[in-house]
Amino acid sequence: MNVLWLQSGGCGGCSMSLLCADTTDFHGELRDAGIELLWHPSLSLESGAEVTALFDRILDGELPLDALCIEGALLRGPHGSGRFHIMAGTGQPMIHWVSRLAACARHVVAIGSCAAWGGVTAGGSNPTEACGLQYDDEVRGGLLGAEFRAAGGLPVINVAGCPTHPGWVIDTLTALAAGSFNEADLDTLGRPRFFADQLVHHGCSRNEYYEFKASAEKPSDLGCMMEHLGCKGTQAHADCNTRPWNGEGSCTRGGYACISCTEPGFQEPGHPFHATPKLAGIPIGLPTDMPKAWFVALASLSKSATPKRVKVNAVSDHVVVPPVAKRTRLK
Amino acid sequence: MSRLIVGPFNRVEGDLEVTLDVAEGRVVSAHVNAPMYRGFEQILRGRDPHDALVYVPRICGICSVSQSVAAARALAALGGITMPPNGQHVTNLVLATENLADHLTHFYLFFMPDFVRPVYAGRPWHAEAARRFAPHTGERVRAAIAARQRWFTLLGTLAGKWPHTQSLDPGGSTRAIDASERSRLLARVREFRRFLEAVTFGAALEEVAALDSEAALDAWVDADPQRGDLRFFLQIARDTALAALGPGPGRFLSYGAYPQPAGGHALGGGVWQAGKLSPLDVEAIREDATHAWLSDEGGARHPASGLTEPVADKPGAYTWNKAPRLAGEVVETGAIARQLASGHPLVLDLVRRHGASVHGRVVSRLLELARVLPMMEDWLRALRPGEAFCTPGSLPDEGVAAGLGEAARGSLGHWLSVRERRIANYQIVAPTTWNFSPRDAAGRPGALEAALEGAPVQPGETTPVAVQHIVRSFDPCMVCTVH
Repeated sequence: MNVLWLQSGGCGGCSMSLLCADTTDFHGELRDAGIELLWHPSLSLESGAEVTALFDRILDGELPLDALCIEGALLRGPHGSGRFHIMAGTGQPMIHWVSRLAACARHVVAIGSCAAWGGVTAGGSNPTEACGLQYDDEVRGGLLGAEFRAAGGLPVINVAGCPTHPGWVIDTLTALAAGSFNEADLDTLGRPRFFADQLVHHGCSRNEYYEFKASAEKPSDLGCMMEHLGCKGTQAHADCNTRPWNGEGSCTRGGYACISCTEPGFQEPGHPFHATPKLAGIPIGLPTDMPKAWFVALASLSKSATPKRVKVNAVSDHVVVPPVAKRTRLK
Repeated sequence: MSRLIVGPFNRVEGDLEVTLDVAEGRVVSAHVNAPMYRGFEQILRGRDPHDALVYVPRICGICSVSQSVAAARALAALGGITMPPNGQHVTNLVLATENLADHLTHFYLFFMPDFVRPVYAGRPWHAEAARRFAPHTGERVRAAIAARQRWFTLLGTLAGKWPHTQSLDPGGSTRAIDASERSRLLARVREFRRFLEAVTFGAALEEVAALDSEAALDAWVDADPQRGDLRFFLQIARDTALAALGPGPGRFLSYGAYPQPAGGHALGGGVWQAGKLSPLDVEAIREDATHAWLSDEGGARHPASGLTEPVADKPGAYTWNKAPRLAGEVVETGAIARQLASGHPLVLDLVRRHGASVHGRVVSRLLELARVLPMMEDWLRALRPGEAFCTPGSLPDEGVAAGLGEAARGSLGHWLSVRERRIANYQIVAPTTWNFSPRDAAGRPGALEAALEGAPVQPGETTPVAVQHIVRSFDPCMVCTVH
């Protein structure tokens, strides 16, 4: 499977994250999966005219392009001209290159939330008119349009995340190369379901604090970060706590809130990221699929039943009260 | 005179275009264009100051932590918050993990592959260079990616993930480390030490760090020339005269790296010029937007009152990057500046003999790997599990502050002003903003632009290999440059 990887309005962090894929031989793994990187900005030898010659061969139909991977938002400004990113050495806006190459590609893959929705680059006043390949935040459209389908029949595949997890990219490309990825594998936002059907909350190491609503109050506290510190792990679609990052990590394991970076528009939640917005003391963002009345009832019951150990440890940065060690055979 | 427009320039972070005027086989003048603008300084305006900790790491996927550290320092200065020693050590560990990974990535993935190019096919070292450094297939390239992957598991534990952690807080680290985690982290650091000692250096880190002159370095290479990738590079560098390629402005800037709880820095900073180190006057920094597609209203400005407003049709502009100057002068920043400012005898000797060069920049980066990893072992041992890792603090409704630090590529500064609990202005001057700056109002070219003048261009070359060596010797990060 021939893969061309281009970067535009982003930070390059999804490529850097990809290199952290859990393998002892990154290039060997790609090769064994049948993935041929025609060109990648960080990994390939070719520069300058060698690269534009490659683009020409693709556009002329000489070289089949099986997957076009785009990292970074598409910069339409100023005033629709695309001049916020003229691809070096070509005099052409990157959005033109992406549109033309997407028309020749069997699959088009948005790598990361910038390429999927616009992401952080579309934050604030969105000075560059940034958008995703097929979304403008949660609205279908984007650079390629709501109706776009690549030659292989699929809409843009949104491997969202900021950055995206290396495993999400590898698994997506491997399935595409094997011909085993189809429309039923995408969720309603075009994300691969193998990670988007999970919630960040699943496998969260703070689960006991969540159960008892024993909440962290300040950075480095061990408690649940949903009530006060802005954590959206119970709402965000991703498997970050069952497929950890960089070995044993995740945002919540690192002591900071999930900001739901796989969701469109996450960059503008309408409140400061580090604090949970509340209405009458109740968090506005409730766990996915949970009616408010149930949450309120359960939270108040849990709080009244919180063991002292959990209450104390929740506002400490290390275990102050260890669990009691029972000396008998546990039942 | 002929003109070459070189791009896309890959194996730099982000997109880069270089325009070269060439005559008689030499570059006569160069113009450097950072061709992408995202507008972080505009995006940050009006936000809650804490939001900077979410936004600024996403300026850059390769120096993400460096951006976080600068923002956290600016917020700490704003709120008068002091980190506990554990917080300082973890911050340094997280930053050092990224900086050393970046040096490794630069050497194996970005810089060395150019010696595999067909233009060098006649050189005696070419086949071995291809065996070690060919992209995708080179034995050492693949080994380096594997070592890097293991190395970054340090940040899974210390910072949740990399890139784009939010664990770096103005008060320290949100992730307290216990005693058993500390043991595991130390074991992981030693694992990387073994990789560097076996593969990169073919020598103990301490042996490399003790090299104190060019003569000592030469003798070390000659004693066992094929052993380790640094010695192999140094042989290539001799053959291709890299010590004479890509001179710098002769003025070097470091803000000082890895502040210590007891005061001072593990690698002290300052401005190094003509064999002398002077203290840095931060107030003497100005950003000149004359040749950027940005408003230059009010002339060159100190970043504390900096302005970032796109003017896409501005006459005379050729890049999105501003031109920072220190007391009106062009400076170079990076590992070479840190090694000079911290007084390492090998780099002092190299720069005394040759000035800055492609050779000196690469040696400085690898030397830093050898010098900083043992520091990380010390910082891990200095952690006190059970004591605080983060000091809680609050931010005032109004104020101005700066956060300075050293990214892998050099000096990074954030300048922040807050009004009515919102960011009123946020200005970022990144390492490659300095190194790859355009001409200023006086017409003085930036550090790379000047370094490219005189570079050889072989007949028929459209992307001259010497130009590629010079450009990549700075380890540019274009996404940071403009932000």
